[in-house]
Amino acid sequence: MQRIYVKEEYCMGCGLCEVHCIVKHSKSKDFVKAYRKESPKPIGFVRVDKSLPISFSIQCRHCEDPPCIIACLSGAMNKDEKTGAVTHDTEKCIGCWTCIMVCPYSAIKMDLKDKKIIAKCDLCPDIDTPACVDNCPNEALVFQEDPP
Amino acid sequence: MMSKYLIIGGSAGGIGAVEAIRRLDNDGKISLISEEPYQPYSRPMISDFLAGEATFDKMQFRPSDFWVKNKVKPILGRRVTSIDFDNRVVKIKESNEISFEKLLISTGGKPFVPPIDGSEKDGVYTFTNLSDAQLIKERIADVKDVVVIGGGLIGVSITEALLKLNKKVTLVELKDNILNLILDKTAAGFVEESMKKSGVNVLTDVSVEKILGRDSDDEKVGAVILTDGCKIACDLVIVAIGVVPRMELVEKSKVKTNRGILVDEYMATNVSGVFACGDVVEAYDFIVKENRVLALWPLAYLGGRTAGINMVGSKAEYPGGTVMSALKYFNVPIISVGLINPDNQNKTYDVITTLDHDNKVYKKLILKDDKLLGLTLVGDIEKAGIYYNLMKENINLRKYKENLVSEEFGLAHLPRYYVSELLKGS
Repeated sequence: MQRIYVKEEYCMGCGLCEVHCIVKHSKSKDFVKAYRKESPKPIGFVRVDKSLPISFSIQCRHCEDPPCIIACLSGAMNKDEKTGAVTHDTEKCIGCWTCIMVCPYSAIKMDLKDKKIIAKCDLCPDIDTPACVDNCPNEALVFQEDPP
Repeated sequence: MMSKYLIIGGSAGGIGAVEAIRRLDNDGKISLISEEPYQPYSRPMISDFLAGEATFDKMQFRPSDFWVKNKVKPILGRRVTSIDFDNRVVKIKESNEISFEKLLISTGGKPFVPPIDGSEKDGVYTFTNLSDAQLIKERIADVKDVVVIGGGLIGVSITEALLKLNKKVTLVELKDNILNLILDKTAAGFVEESMKKSGVNVLTDVSVEKILGRDSDDEKVGAVILTDGCKIACDLVIVAIGVVPRMELVEKSKVKTNRGILVDEYMATNVSGVFACGDVVEAYDFIVKENRVLALWPLAYLGGRTAGINMVGSKAEYPGGTVMSALKYFNVPIISVGLINPDNQNKTYDVITTLDHDNKVYKKLILKDDKLLGLTLVGDIEKAGIYYNLMKENINLRKYKENLVSEEFGLAHLPRYYVSELLKGS
Protein backbone atom coordinates (compact mmCIF):
# COMPACT_ATOMS: atom_id res chain seq x y z
CA MET A 1 0.00 0.00 0.00
CA GLN A 2 0.98 3.62 -0.37
CA ARG A 3 2.27 5.08 2.87
CA ILE A 4 3.50 8.46 4.01
CA TYR A 5 7.28 8.46 4.43
CA VAL A 6 9.53 11.23 5.63
CA LYS A 7 12.91 12.08 4.17
CA GLU A 8 14.49 13.43 7.33
CA GLU A 9 17.32 15.15 5.53
CA TYR A 10 14.81 17.39 3.70
CA CYS A 11 12.61 18.21 6.67
CA MET A 12 13.09 21.78 7.87
CA GLY A 13 10.75 21.39 10.79
CA CYS A 14 8.49 24.15 9.48
CA GLY A 15 5.36 22.46 10.75
CA LEU A 16 3.26 23.17 7.65
CA CYS A 17 2.27 19.50 7.58
CA GLU A 18 0.63 19.95 10.98
CA VAL A 19 -1.14 23.08 9.84
CA HIS A 20 -2.48 21.55 6.65
CA CYS A 21 -3.60 18.42 8.45
CA ILE A 22 -5.59 20.50 10.93
CA VAL A 23 -7.21 22.57 8.20
CA LYS A 24 -7.98 19.51 6.08
CA HIS A 25 -9.75 17.91 9.04
CA SER A 26 -11.54 21.07 10.14
CA LYS A 27 -15.17 21.84 9.43
CA SER A 28 -14.52 25.01 7.46
CA LYS A 29 -11.35 23.91 5.58
CA ASP A 30 -10.32 27.53 5.94
CA PHE A 31 -7.07 28.54 7.65
CA VAL A 32 -8.32 31.54 9.55
CA LYS A 33 -11.61 29.98 10.55
CA ALA A 34 -10.03 26.67 11.49
CA TYR A 35 -7.48 28.31 13.74
CA ARG A 36 -9.44 31.23 15.13
CA LYS A 37 -13.13 30.58 15.03
CA GLU A 38 -13.96 26.93 15.04
CA SER A 39 -15.12 25.57 18.30
CA PRO A 40 -14.29 22.94 19.28
CA LYS A 41 -10.83 23.43 17.84
CA PRO A 42 -10.08 21.01 15.02
CA ILE A 43 -7.23 18.61 15.77
CA GLY A 44 -4.51 17.40 13.48
CA PHE A 45 -3.00 13.96 13.27
CA VAL A 46 0.56 14.96 12.39
CA ARG A 47 3.29 15.80 14.86
CA VAL A 48 6.70 17.23 14.06
CA ASP A 49 9.37 15.85 16.38
CA LYS A 50 12.34 18.18 16.70
CA SER A 51 15.72 18.05 18.33
CA LEU A 52 17.55 20.39 16.04
CA PRO A 53 19.14 19.84 13.60
CA ILE A 54 16.98 16.71 13.50
CA SER A 55 13.30 17.06 12.68
CA PHE A 56 10.69 14.92 11.03
CA SER A 57 6.98 14.59 10.67
CA ILE A 58 5.15 11.67 12.26
CA GLN A 59 1.72 10.34 11.53
CA CYS A 60 0.09 6.90 11.68
CA ARG A 61 2.22 4.48 9.65
CA HIS A 62 -0.75 2.24 8.89
CA CYS A 63 1.41 -0.67 9.99
CA GLU A 64 1.35 -4.06 8.35
CA ASP A 65 0.56 -5.70 11.68
CA PRO A 66 -0.68 -2.82 13.83
CA PRO A 67 -0.13 -3.06 17.61
CA CYS A 68 -3.13 -0.75 18.09
CA ILE A 69 -5.47 -3.35 16.58
CA ILE A 70 -4.04 -6.11 18.77
CA ALA A 71 -4.53 -3.94 21.84
CA CYS A 72 -7.96 -2.47 21.04
CA LEU A 73 -10.44 -3.38 23.78
CA SER A 74 -13.64 -2.68 21.89
CA GLY A 75 -12.93 -3.92 18.37
CA ALA A 76 -13.07 -0.36 17.04
CA MET A 77 -9.64 -0.42 15.42
CA ASN A 78 -9.41 -2.16 12.07
CA LYS A 79 -7.28 -2.53 9.00
CA ASP A 80 -9.20 -1.88 5.82
CA GLU A 81 -8.86 -5.03 3.75
CA LYS A 82 -8.82 -3.14 0.47
CA THR A 83 -6.79 -0.02 1.17
CA GLY A 84 -4.63 -1.25 4.06
CA ALA A 85 -5.48 1.91 6.04
CA VAL A 86 -5.77 1.52 9.80
CA THR A 87 -9.09 3.04 10.75
CA HIS A 88 -11.17 3.37 13.88
CA ASP A 89 -14.92 3.04 14.10
CA THR A 90 -15.98 6.19 15.92
CA GLU A 91 -19.20 4.50 17.03
CA LYS A 92 -17.31 1.64 18.66
CA CYS A 93 -14.32 3.47 20.13
CA ILE A 94 -14.72 3.96 23.88
CA GLY A 95 -11.68 6.17 24.46
CA CYS A 96 -9.94 3.65 26.72
CA TRP A 97 -6.57 4.90 25.38
CA THR A 98 -5.11 1.39 25.17
CA CYS A 99 -4.02 1.96 21.56
CA ILE A 100 -2.20 5.13 22.66
CA MET A 101 -0.27 3.01 25.15
CA VAL A 102 1.19 0.70 22.49
CA CYS A 103 1.72 2.79 19.32
CA PRO A 104 5.52 3.03 18.84
CA TYR A 105 5.06 6.33 16.96
CA SER A 106 2.61 7.84 19.43
CA ALA A 107 0.60 8.72 16.37
CA ILE A 108 -2.82 8.39 17.98
CA LYS A 109 -4.48 11.47 19.44
CA MET A 110 -7.10 11.99 22.11
CA ASP A 111 -10.18 13.76 20.82
CA LEU A 112 -11.64 15.25 23.97
CA LYS A 113 -14.17 17.49 22.22
CA ASP A 114 -17.39 15.63 22.84
CA LYS A 115 -17.24 11.88 22.56
CA LYS A 116 -13.82 11.45 24.18
CA ILE A 117 -12.49 8.95 21.69
CA ILE A 118 -9.31 8.69 19.68
CA ALA A 119 -8.43 10.45 16.46
CA LYS A 120 -5.83 9.52 13.90
CA CYS A 121 -4.51 9.92 10.38
CA ASP A 122 -7.02 8.71 7.80
CA LEU A 123 -4.66 9.23 4.82
CA CYS A 124 -7.11 11.86 3.52
CA PRO A 125 -9.21 9.29 1.62
CA ASP A 126 -11.08 11.89 -0.45
CA ILE A 127 -7.99 13.33 -2.15
CA ASP A 128 -5.20 11.65 -4.12
CA THR A 129 -2.32 12.78 -1.93
CA PRO A 130 -2.65 13.37 1.82
CA ALA A 131 -2.70 17.07 2.73
CA CYS A 132 0.54 16.90 4.74
CA VAL A 133 2.44 15.40 1.80
CA ASP A 134 0.87 17.66 -0.78
CA ASN A 135 1.78 20.80 1.13
CA CYS A 136 5.28 19.97 2.28
CA PRO A 137 7.34 22.85 0.79
CA ASN A 138 10.57 20.88 0.62
CA GLU A 139 9.11 17.56 -0.50
CA ALA A 140 10.31 15.94 2.68
CA LEU A 141 7.11 13.94 2.80
CA VAL A 142 6.30 11.41 0.11
CA PHE A 143 3.34 9.14 -0.46
CA GLN A 144 4.51 5.90 -2.03
CA GLU A 145 4.63 2.12 -1.83
CA ASP A 146 8.15 1.65 -0.42
CA PRO A 147 10.38 3.55 1.99
CA PRO A 148 12.52 6.12 0.16
CA MET B 1 -17.25 -35.24 16.70
CA MET B 2 -13.70 -34.43 15.69
CA SER B 3 -12.34 -30.92 15.45
CA LYS B 4 -8.80 -30.27 14.32
CA TYR B 5 -8.65 -27.18 16.47
CA LEU B 6 -10.61 -26.93 19.67
CA ILE B 7 -10.77 -23.76 21.73
CA ILE B 8 -12.21 -23.52 25.22
CA GLY B 9 -13.18 -19.94 25.99
CA GLY B 10 -14.68 -17.32 23.69
CA SER B 11 -13.15 -14.10 24.93
CA ALA B 12 -10.04 -12.23 23.77
CA GLY B 13 -7.71 -15.26 23.75
CA GLY B 14 -10.11 -17.52 21.88
CA ILE B 15 -10.84 -14.86 19.30
CA GLY B 16 -7.15 -14.12 18.81
CA ALA B 17 -6.53 -17.80 18.16
CA VAL B 18 -9.40 -18.14 15.68
CA GLU B 19 -8.14 -15.18 13.66
CA ALA B 20 -4.57 -16.48 13.62
CA ILE B 21 -5.54 -20.02 12.68
CA ARG B 22 -7.78 -18.88 9.84
CA ARG B 23 -5.11 -16.67 8.38
CA LEU B 24 -2.89 -19.73 7.95
CA ASP B 25 -5.28 -22.67 7.60
CA ASN B 26 -8.39 -22.00 5.61
CA ASP B 27 -9.98 -25.40 6.04
CA GLY B 28 -9.01 -27.12 9.30
CA LYS B 29 -12.10 -27.45 11.43
CA ILE B 30 -12.28 -25.03 14.37
CA SER B 31 -14.73 -25.48 17.24
CA LEU B 32 -15.01 -23.02 20.08
CA ILE B 33 -16.81 -23.76 23.32
CA SER B 34 -17.91 -20.89 25.52
CA GLU B 35 -19.92 -20.90 28.67
CA GLU B 36 -21.30 -17.52 27.73
CA PRO B 37 -24.20 -17.62 25.29
CA TYR B 38 -23.18 -14.49 23.41
CA GLN B 39 -21.43 -13.26 20.30
CA PRO B 40 -17.84 -12.21 21.04
CA TYR B 41 -18.05 -9.11 23.19
CA SER B 42 -15.70 -6.74 24.94
CA ARG B 43 -15.47 -7.64 28.61
CA PRO B 44 -13.90 -4.31 29.56
CA MET B 45 -17.12 -2.67 28.37
CA ILE B 46 -19.42 -4.24 30.94
CA SER B 47 -19.25 -1.07 33.03
CA ASP B 48 -20.42 0.96 30.01
CA PHE B 49 -23.22 -1.58 29.60
CA LEU B 50 -24.25 -1.25 33.23
CA ALA B 51 -24.18 2.54 32.99
CA GLY B 52 -26.49 2.35 29.98
CA GLU B 53 -23.86 3.90 27.71
CA ALA B 54 -23.28 0.83 25.56
CA THR B 55 -25.82 -1.57 24.13
CA PHE B 56 -24.81 -5.15 23.49
CA ASP B 57 -24.52 -4.18 19.86
CA LYS B 58 -21.84 -1.64 20.63
CA MET B 59 -20.04 -4.17 22.84
CA GLN B 60 -19.63 -6.70 20.06
CA PHE B 61 -15.90 -7.23 19.74
CA ARG B 62 -16.20 -8.54 16.19
CA PRO B 63 -18.84 -8.15 13.46
CA SER B 64 -21.84 -10.47 13.90
CA ASP B 65 -20.73 -12.69 10.99
CA PHE B 66 -17.53 -13.58 12.89
CA TRP B 67 -18.27 -17.31 13.28
CA VAL B 68 -19.48 -17.72 9.72
CA LYS B 69 -16.70 -15.70 8.16
CA ASN B 70 -14.05 -17.65 10.06
CA LYS B 71 -15.82 -20.97 9.56
CA VAL B 72 -15.97 -21.68 13.28
CA LYS B 73 -18.43 -24.01 14.94
CA PRO B 74 -19.43 -22.08 18.05
CA ILE B 75 -20.75 -24.15 20.93
CA LEU B 76 -22.13 -21.43 23.16
CA GLY B 77 -23.75 -21.56 26.56
CA ARG B 78 -22.09 -24.91 27.20
CA ARG B 79 -19.61 -25.87 29.88
CA VAL B 80 -16.69 -28.22 29.43
CA THR B 81 -16.77 -30.74 32.27
CA SER B 82 -13.46 -32.51 31.71
CA ILE B 83 -10.55 -32.95 29.37
CA ASP B 84 -9.08 -36.39 28.68
CA PHE B 85 -5.54 -35.50 27.66
CA ASP B 86 -4.54 -39.10 26.85
CA ASN B 87 -7.37 -39.71 24.42
CA ARG B 88 -7.56 -36.05 23.38
CA VAL B 89 -11.25 -35.68 24.05
CA VAL B 90 -13.22 -32.90 25.72
CA LYS B 91 -16.46 -33.68 27.53
CA ILE B 92 -19.17 -31.06 27.48
CA LYS B 93 -22.24 -30.80 29.67
CA GLU B 94 -25.44 -31.47 27.71
CA SER B 95 -23.56 -31.82 24.44
CA ASN B 96 -21.54 -34.42 22.53
CA GLU B 97 -17.90 -34.86 23.34
CA ILE B 98 -15.35 -33.50 20.91
CA SER B 99 -11.98 -34.95 20.08
CA PHE B 100 -9.19 -32.67 18.98
CA GLU B 101 -5.75 -32.52 17.43
CA LYS B 102 -4.84 -29.14 18.93
CA LEU B 103 -6.42 -27.66 22.01
CA LEU B 104 -6.37 -24.12 23.37
CA ILE B 105 -7.33 -23.53 26.98
CA SER B 106 -8.38 -19.91 27.26
CA THR B 107 -10.74 -20.21 30.18
CA GLY B 108 -9.73 -16.88 31.67
CA GLY B 109 -10.03 -15.89 35.28
CA LYS B 110 -12.68 -16.01 37.92
CA PRO B 111 -13.38 -13.43 40.56
CA PHE B 112 -11.64 -13.97 43.84
CA VAL B 113 -14.07 -13.76 46.74
CA PRO B 114 -12.48 -13.99 50.17
CA PRO B 115 -14.51 -15.45 52.98
CA ILE B 116 -16.61 -12.59 54.32
CA ASP B 117 -19.29 -13.26 56.88
CA GLY B 118 -22.62 -12.68 55.11
CA SER B 119 -21.32 -12.89 51.54
CA GLU B 120 -24.04 -15.44 50.70
CA LYS B 121 -26.76 -12.82 51.11
CA ASP B 122 -28.91 -11.67 48.23
CA GLY B 123 -27.34 -8.50 46.85
CA VAL B 124 -23.67 -9.52 46.82
CA TYR B 125 -22.19 -9.61 43.33
CA THR B 126 -18.94 -9.90 41.50
CA PHE B 127 -18.36 -7.95 38.29
CA THR B 128 -16.29 -9.59 35.60
CA ASN B 129 -18.61 -10.62 32.80
CA LEU B 130 -21.76 -9.62 30.99
CA SER B 131 -23.97 -11.90 33.05
CA ASP B 132 -22.81 -10.14 36.22
CA ALA B 133 -23.60 -6.79 34.62
CA GLN B 134 -27.03 -8.01 33.54
CA LEU B 135 -27.91 -9.32 36.97
CA ILE B 136 -26.93 -6.04 38.59
CA LYS B 137 -28.70 -4.02 35.92
CA GLU B 138 -31.96 -5.90 36.46
CA ARG B 139 -32.26 -4.73 40.03
CA ILE B 140 -30.37 -1.46 39.91
CA ALA B 141 -33.52 0.70 39.79
CA ASP B 142 -34.34 -0.32 43.36
CA VAL B 143 -30.82 0.36 44.63
CA LYS B 144 -29.73 3.55 46.35
CA ASP B 145 -26.50 2.76 48.18
CA VAL B 146 -23.71 0.48 47.07
CA VAL B 147 -20.54 -0.67 48.76
CA VAL B 148 -17.75 -1.66 46.37
CA ILE B 149 -15.05 -3.81 47.97
CA GLY B 150 -11.71 -3.35 46.22
CA GLY B 151 -10.21 -0.23 44.69
CA GLY B 152 -8.61 -1.87 41.67
CA LEU B 153 -9.60 -1.37 38.03
CA ILE B 154 -12.83 -3.34 38.33
CA GLY B 155 -13.83 -1.55 41.50
CA VAL B 156 -13.11 1.89 40.06
CA SER B 157 -14.87 1.13 36.77
CA ILE B 158 -18.08 -0.10 38.40
CA THR B 159 -17.98 2.83 40.82
CA GLU B 160 -18.00 5.21 37.89
CA ALA B 161 -20.86 3.32 36.23
CA LEU B 162 -22.91 3.36 39.44
CA LEU B 163 -22.30 7.05 39.86
CA LYS B 164 -23.64 7.69 36.37
CA LEU B 165 -26.77 5.88 37.53
CA ASN B 166 -27.00 8.30 40.47
CA LYS B 167 -26.17 5.74 43.12
CA LYS B 168 -24.39 6.61 46.32
CA VAL B 169 -21.17 4.61 46.31
CA THR B 170 -18.69 3.77 49.02
CA LEU B 171 -15.44 2.31 47.77
CA VAL B 172 -13.49 0.30 50.32
CA GLU B 173 -9.79 -0.34 49.72
CA LEU B 174 -7.62 -2.44 52.01
CA LYS B 175 -4.33 -0.72 51.15
CA ASP B 176 -3.48 2.93 51.61
CA ASN B 177 -4.30 4.00 48.07
CA ILE B 178 -6.68 2.83 45.40
CA LEU B 179 -5.35 1.25 42.18
CA ASN B 180 -2.23 0.32 44.15
CA LEU B 181 -1.20 -2.51 41.83
CA ILE B 182 -0.89 -0.15 38.87
CA LEU B 183 -0.35 3.35 40.26
CA ASP B 184 1.83 5.02 42.85
CA LYS B 185 0.27 7.19 45.51
CA THR B 186 0.63 10.41 43.55
CA ALA B 187 -1.04 9.09 40.41
CA ALA B 188 -3.78 7.32 42.34
CA GLY B 189 -4.33 10.54 44.27
CA PHE B 190 -5.54 12.28 41.10
CA VAL B 191 -8.20 9.64 40.58
CA GLU B 192 -9.13 9.53 44.24
CA GLU B 193 -9.51 13.29 44.35
CA SER B 194 -11.70 13.28 41.26
CA MET B 195 -13.82 10.44 42.68
CA LYS B 196 -14.34 12.28 45.93
CA LYS B 197 -15.33 15.43 44.06
CA SER B 198 -17.93 13.38 42.19
CA GLY B 199 -19.37 12.28 45.50
CA VAL B 200 -17.80 8.85 46.01
CA ASN B 201 -17.04 7.94 49.59
CA VAL B 202 -13.51 6.56 49.21
CA LEU B 203 -12.24 4.68 52.26
CA THR B 204 -8.68 3.35 52.35
CA ASP B 205 -6.73 1.24 54.87
CA VAL B 206 -9.90 -0.56 55.74
CA SER B 207 -11.90 -3.56 54.62
CA VAL B 208 -15.29 -5.16 55.06
CA GLU B 209 -15.57 -7.51 58.00
CA LYS B 210 -19.19 -8.50 57.79
CA ILE B 211 -22.18 -8.12 55.52
CA LEU B 212 -25.43 -7.63 57.42
CA GLY B 213 -29.00 -8.35 56.36
CA ARG B 214 -31.93 -5.98 56.55
CA ASP B 215 -34.21 -5.66 59.54
CA SER B 216 -37.11 -6.62 57.32
CA ASP B 217 -35.33 -9.49 55.57
CA ASP B 218 -32.07 -10.90 56.86
CA GLU B 219 -31.40 -12.71 53.57
CA LYS B 220 -31.02 -9.39 51.74
CA VAL B 221 -28.03 -7.09 52.02
CA GLY B 222 -28.68 -4.16 54.34
CA ALA B 223 -25.30 -2.90 55.51
CA VAL B 224 -21.64 -3.71 55.95
CA ILE B 225 -19.46 -3.53 59.03
CA LEU B 226 -15.91 -2.37 58.35
CA THR B 227 -12.79 -3.57 60.10
CA ASP B 228 -12.64 -0.22 61.95
CA GLY B 229 -16.13 -0.86 63.32
CA CYS B 230 -18.02 1.60 61.09
CA LYS B 231 -21.37 0.52 59.73
CA ILE B 232 -22.42 1.57 56.23
CA ALA B 233 -25.97 1.00 55.07
CA CYS B 234 -26.28 -0.35 51.54
CA ASP B 235 -28.58 -2.35 49.26
CA LEU B 236 -25.83 -3.89 47.18
CA VAL B 237 -22.28 -5.08 47.72
CA ILE B 238 -19.87 -5.54 44.82
CA VAL B 239 -16.86 -7.73 45.50
CA ALA B 240 -14.11 -6.50 43.18
CA ILE B 241 -10.96 -7.79 44.79
CA GLY B 242 -9.41 -9.38 41.76
CA VAL B 243 -9.41 -12.41 39.51
CA VAL B 244 -7.55 -15.68 39.70
CA PRO B 245 -6.85 -18.17 36.90
CA ARG B 246 -9.67 -20.58 36.20
CA MET B 247 -7.82 -23.86 36.27
CA GLU B 248 -10.43 -26.43 37.28
CA LEU B 249 -10.14 -28.23 33.93
CA VAL B 250 -6.46 -28.96 34.42
CA GLU B 251 -6.48 -29.69 38.14
CA LYS B 252 -5.05 -33.13 38.82
CA SER B 253 -4.19 -33.49 35.12
CA LYS B 254 -0.73 -33.77 33.62
CA VAL B 255 -0.78 -30.12 32.58
CA LYS B 256 1.75 -28.28 34.72
CA THR B 257 0.57 -25.32 36.71
CA ASN B 258 1.79 -22.88 39.27
CA ARG B 259 -0.44 -19.89 39.96
CA GLY B 260 -1.58 -20.25 36.39
CA ILE B 261 -1.06 -22.80 33.64
CA LEU B 262 2.61 -22.89 32.64
CA VAL B 263 3.36 -22.15 29.00
CA ASP B 264 6.53 -21.77 26.97
CA GLU B 265 7.33 -19.00 24.48
CA TYR B 266 4.99 -20.63 21.95
CA MET B 267 2.12 -20.60 24.48
CA ALA B 268 2.35 -24.39 24.55
CA THR B 269 1.78 -26.30 27.77
CA ASN B 270 3.89 -29.32 28.70
CA VAL B 271 1.30 -31.58 27.02
CA SER B 272 1.93 -31.95 23.31
CA GLY B 273 -0.64 -30.12 21.17
CA VAL B 274 -2.21 -28.38 24.14
CA PHE B 275 -1.87 -24.62 24.35
CA ALA B 276 -3.09 -22.01 26.79
CA CYS B 277 -3.31 -18.21 26.91
CA GLY B 278 -4.89 -15.25 28.63
CA ASP B 279 -5.84 -14.79 32.26
CA VAL B 280 -5.41 -18.51 32.98
CA VAL B 281 -1.66 -18.67 32.21
CA GLU B 282 1.66 -17.53 33.52
CA ALA B 283 3.26 -15.95 30.48
CA TYR B 284 6.39 -13.90 29.91
CA ASP B 285 6.71 -10.45 31.42
CA PHE B 286 9.41 -8.46 29.61
CA ILE B 287 10.02 -6.15 32.55
CA VAL B 288 10.48 -8.62 35.39
CA LYS B 289 11.84 -11.14 32.86
CA GLU B 290 9.91 -14.09 34.17
CA ASN B 291 6.57 -15.74 33.62
CA ARG B 292 3.63 -14.55 35.70
CA VAL B 293 -0.14 -14.21 35.66
CA LEU B 294 -1.18 -10.99 33.91
CA ALA B 295 -4.92 -10.70 33.49
CA LEU B 296 -5.07 -8.13 30.70
CA TRP B 297 -7.25 -8.10 27.61
CA PRO B 298 -4.60 -7.11 25.01
CA LEU B 299 -2.22 -9.76 26.32
CA ALA B 300 -4.93 -12.41 26.18
CA TYR B 301 -5.56 -11.56 22.53
CA LEU B 302 -1.83 -11.56 21.76
CA GLY B 303 -1.33 -14.87 23.55
CA GLY B 304 -4.26 -16.39 21.69
CA ARG B 305 -2.89 -15.20 18.42
CA THR B 306 0.54 -16.62 19.19
CA ALA B 307 -1.00 -19.92 20.24
CA GLY B 308 -3.10 -20.01 17.06
CA ILE B 309 -0.07 -19.63 14.80
CA ASN B 310 1.72 -22.44 16.62
CA MET B 311 -1.37 -24.66 16.63
CA VAL B 312 -1.35 -24.53 12.84
CA GLY B 313 2.28 -25.65 12.85
CA SER B 314 3.95 -22.36 12.01
CA LYS B 315 6.29 -20.83 14.55
CA ALA B 316 5.67 -17.66 16.49
CA GLU B 317 7.07 -16.55 19.81
CA TYR B 318 5.00 -14.66 22.32
CA PRO B 319 6.63 -11.22 22.49
CA GLY B 320 5.72 -10.87 26.16
CA GLY B 321 3.72 -8.35 28.07
CA THR B 322 3.86 -6.60 31.37
CA VAL B 323 1.52 -4.85 33.77
CA MET B 324 0.09 -2.19 31.47
CA SER B 325 -2.98 -0.12 32.04
CA ALA B 326 -4.73 2.70 30.28
CA LEU B 327 -7.34 4.42 32.41
CA LYS B 328 -10.09 6.82 31.51
CA TYR B 329 -12.02 6.89 34.73
CA PHE B 330 -13.32 10.05 36.38
CA ASN B 331 -11.85 12.18 33.59
CA VAL B 332 -8.27 11.48 34.57
CA PRO B 333 -6.46 9.88 31.64
CA ILE B 334 -3.63 7.70 32.91
CA ILE B 335 -1.24 5.21 31.38
CA SER B 336 1.03 3.08 33.49
CA VAL B 337 3.41 0.36 32.36
CA GLY B 338 5.85 -1.87 34.21
CA LEU B 339 7.34 -0.84 37.54
CA ILE B 340 5.37 1.64 39.61
CA ASN B 341 7.17 2.32 42.84
CA PRO B 342 10.05 -0.06 43.42
CA ASP B 343 12.05 -0.04 46.64
CA ASN B 344 14.92 2.32 45.88
CA GLN B 345 16.85 2.45 49.14
CA ASN B 346 20.01 1.27 47.41
CA LYS B 347 19.54 3.75 44.55
CA THR B 348 19.24 0.92 42.07
CA TYR B 349 16.84 2.95 39.98
CA ASP B 350 16.95 6.33 38.28
CA VAL B 351 13.59 7.92 38.88
CA ILE B 352 12.66 10.96 36.78
CA THR B 353 9.46 12.79 37.64
CA THR B 354 7.58 15.99 36.87
CA LEU B 355 4.44 17.07 38.65
CA ASP B 356 2.03 19.88 37.81
CA HIS B 357 -0.77 19.40 40.24
CA ASP B 358 -2.91 22.30 39.00
CA ASN B 359 -3.01 21.00 35.46
CA LYS B 360 -3.24 17.40 36.59
CA VAL B 361 -0.06 16.41 34.80
CA TYR B 362 2.31 13.89 36.34
CA LYS B 363 5.08 11.92 34.66
CA LYS B 364 7.29 9.34 36.23
CA LEU B 365 9.93 7.23 34.52
CA ILE B 366 11.88 4.51 36.26
CA LEU B 367 15.18 3.41 34.73
CA LYS B 368 17.72 0.82 35.71
CA ASP B 369 21.08 0.41 33.98
CA ASP B 370 19.90 3.03 31.46
CA LYS B 371 16.89 0.95 30.43
CA LEU B 372 13.33 2.13 30.99
CA LEU B 373 11.44 -0.23 33.30
CA GLY B 374 8.54 1.84 34.52
CA LEU B 375 6.21 4.49 33.15
CA THR B 376 3.41 6.50 34.70
CA LEU B 377 1.72 9.30 32.77
CA VAL B 378 -1.21 11.29 34.10
CA GLY B 379 -3.02 13.85 31.96
CA ASP B 380 -0.48 14.19 29.18
CA ILE B 381 -0.55 10.61 27.93
CA GLU B 382 -0.26 10.86 24.14
CA LYS B 383 3.43 9.97 24.04
CA ALA B 384 2.96 6.79 26.07
CA GLY B 385 3.50 4.48 23.11
CA ILE B 386 7.00 5.81 22.46
CA TYR B 387 7.99 4.99 26.03
CA TYR B 388 6.22 1.64 25.97
CA ASN B 389 8.21 0.53 22.96
CA LEU B 390 11.49 1.71 24.50
CA MET B 391 10.65 -0.64 27.35
CA LYS B 392 9.59 -3.49 25.13
CA GLU B 393 12.66 -3.18 22.89
CA ASN B 394 14.97 -2.71 25.88
CA ILE B 395 16.62 0.40 24.38
CA ASN B 396 19.67 1.84 26.12
CA LEU B 397 18.96 5.47 27.00
CA ARG B 398 22.26 6.41 28.59
CA LYS B 399 22.74 9.51 26.48
CA TYR B 400 19.09 10.35 26.14
CA LYS B 401 17.76 10.90 29.64
CA GLU B 402 17.76 14.67 29.58
CA ASN B 403 14.65 15.23 27.53
CA LEU B 404 12.68 12.17 28.51
CA VAL B 405 9.94 13.99 30.39
CA SER B 406 10.11 17.35 28.61
CA GLU B 407 6.99 18.58 26.87
CA GLU B 408 8.63 18.46 23.44
CA PHE B 409 9.97 14.93 23.92
CA GLY B 410 9.53 12.81 20.83
CA LEU B 411 11.24 10.34 18.55
CA ALA B 412 13.81 12.99 17.57
CA HIS B 413 15.24 12.74 21.10
CA LEU B 414 16.03 9.05 20.79
CA PRO B 415 18.89 6.94 19.44
CA ARG B 416 19.24 7.31 15.69
CA TYR B 417 19.50 3.60 14.92
CA TYR B 418 16.21 2.98 16.71
CA VAL B 419 14.35 5.83 15.07
CA SER B 420 15.60 5.20 11.51
CA GLU B 421 14.34 1.64 11.71
CA LEU B 422 11.00 2.82 13.03
CA LEU B 423 10.54 5.39 10.29
CA LYS B 424 11.32 2.87 7.59
CA GLY B 425 9.41 -0.01 8.98
CA SER B 426 5.82 -0.91 9.35
